[in-house]
Amino acid sequence: MILRLAIASLFARALTVGMTILAIALSVALFLGVEKVRTGAKASFADTISGTDLIVGARSGAVQLLLYSVFRIGNATNNITWESYQDIAARPEVKWSVPISLGDSHRQFRVMGTTTGFFDHYRYRQGRALALRDGAVMTDLFDTVIGADVAATLGYRLGDPIVVAHGLASFAEHKDQPFRVAGILEKTGTPVDRTVIVSLEAIEAIHVDWRSGAKIPGQTTSAEVLRGMDLQPKAVTAVLLGVESPLRTFALQRAINDYPQEPLLAILPGVALQELWGIVGIAETALLAVSAMVVVTALIGMMATIFSSLNERRREMAIFRAMGARPAVILALLVLEAVLMAACGAGVGLGLLYAGLIVAQPMVDSAFGLWLPIEAPTLRELWVMGAVVCAGAIVSTLPAIRAYRLSLADGMMVRT
Amino acid sequence: MAAPVLALEGLEFQWPGRAGFALQVPGFQLLPGETVLLLGESGSGKSTLLPLICGTLLATRGTVRVAGTDLADLSGGQRDRFRAEQIGVIFQQFNLLPFGTVADNILLPLRFAPDRRRRAGDGRARALMLCRALGLPEAVLSARAGTLSVGQQQRVAVARALIGEPPLLVADEPTSALDAGTQAAFLDLLFEQARACGSALLMVSHDPRLAARFDRVLQMEDIAHSKRGGA
Repeated sequence: MILRLAIASLFARALTVGMTILAIALSVALFLGVEKVRTGAKASFADTISGTDLIVGARSGAVQLLLYSVFRIGNATNNITWESYQDIAARPEVKWSVPISLGDSHRQFRVMGTTTGFFDHYRYRQGRALALRDGAVMTDLFDTVIGADVAATLGYRLGDPIVVAHGLASFAEHKDQPFRVAGILEKTGTPVDRTVIVSLEAIEAIHVDWRSGAKIPGQTTSAEVLRGMDLQPKAVTAVLLGVESPLRTFALQRAINDYPQEPLLAILPGVALQELWGIVGIAETALLAVSAMVVVTALIGMMATIFSSLNERRREMAIFRAMGARPAVILALLVLEAVLMAACGAGVGLGLLYAGLIVAQPMVDSAFGLWLPIEAPTLRELWVMGAVVCAGAIVSTLPAIRAYRLSLADGMMVRT
Repeated sequence: MAAPVLALEGLEFQWPGRAGFALQVPGFQLLPGETVLLLGESGSGKSTLLPLICGTLLATRGTVRVAGTDLADLSGGQRDRFRAEQIGVIFQQFNLLPFGTVADNILLPLRFAPDRRRRAGDGRARALMLCRALGLPEAVLSARAGTLSVGQQQRVAVARALIGEPPLLVADEPTSALDAGTQAAFLDLLFEQARACGSALLMVSHDPRLAARFDRVLQMEDIAHSKRGGA
């Protein structure tokens, strides 16, 4: 009956109680939303590359190798010779290998030379394969496959000619070899979206007339002659490897790191991604802290509402007292009300979160490549909601103690 | 002679503070089933006397016995429960929790008084019976108390005070919010039901016109001395 009376009392003050619940709900939805985006971003980040067991590059740092080979940020300090690549690819533990060659650019986007194996083996977001939205993978020397962002930003369609620049600055463009768009990839939310993919041989072809980063004066090799040349690369930037058995991964990694002919580095992408997340994840933690403050603000708002309602409710408390309620009952009643409000707020907040997810999920996915799964509340989310209810109970003890004192002094008669 | 349901002896109470109001009641008794009207203007000390009887205030000196129990022997929590068990209280107005149903309001004292709950038996049936006896329509039980007229609310307050048949009813000007016509009908019902329940009634009022119905009529000054200020 006390619970029923508490609920009835809340309903009687529907407007202020509703506003309080709304404030808590919004703050809880914000907090859970930030949490969702945070875990989603972390998962998306960790899912940038999957299915690849090892990434091999010239010896440098693990994060640096990950940055240039997967995220196309920064440059390789050194290359891997073609012979070393062949050696490693031929090892019995290796199931598949995809060499990649970086260093050229098209407008603001990086150009990556690779084999068609890249499209077979590159996986993202829990094992999804790359898919072509339009066209096909490279068949000709001058074919390119472009990522979704490249196509969207530059307005490219199938068959459009594109020019590849040597190095990253575009002052020295390889004007003499016109590439064309052969395929456009679906959006993935990974750096592949911002990459122009060509064949390894194409990278060689671009550089036939170049020495040490400068064009050899007067020398121009026509496309036809290039097609006839032996364009086997002398070096690659990095290699993505798949192993026959996961158990062999560490042995292979050690073998590559100890490769005597050349200083090489093999990294586990997952481990390096985690290391990198440790660096970029700080901003998201700050965001989470801010939204936690919003929840605290909403709860303090509730406390203020309860405080300001005490005076007009002294008569109600006097009735309870006259009927034989101990002052502790008054205290419990107010805490109970706060718990009910906080629980409603948390529940409505969760509802708002799901409503927001249903509306925003496809938009966020296509705009940021961020996949926010709609699933049953995680244990962590339930903990958050429980914590909100507990915090509601805790902050309400202050006005409840005041009510306790008031009702002890007032007794069953309100003196004004 | 039966033991008094309420006995005040050498009662003294002083509100804290230098200018605090002080009240003395040398002796007063109320017998079971007796109806007593205590007449006094505002400021005569009735709003100090009633909380002393009900145990939300504790006498500085002297004793307050309700149904044979000295309230000073009980702890705060015990006094609260004792009040719920032994005393039905009716105020001037604003008796009810406006957001609760009439049934919730009537049954509220039973929530804090297990013995009285046992005496009442089936609380809802008893509440319905009281409502009927007090001339309230049956449907009123599930209505929200705030939607009732003042007269109906006062009658609900009587039902609440009488449920579980407490030996003592304390009423503080229960008719002052009612017009003259309703007053008489209200008092008829109150007396009839108090008698049916065997409860003694102590009513405090400033209105001498009510006197005729009571077994005894006392002036506040006859039983109590009050002092204002530090003298």
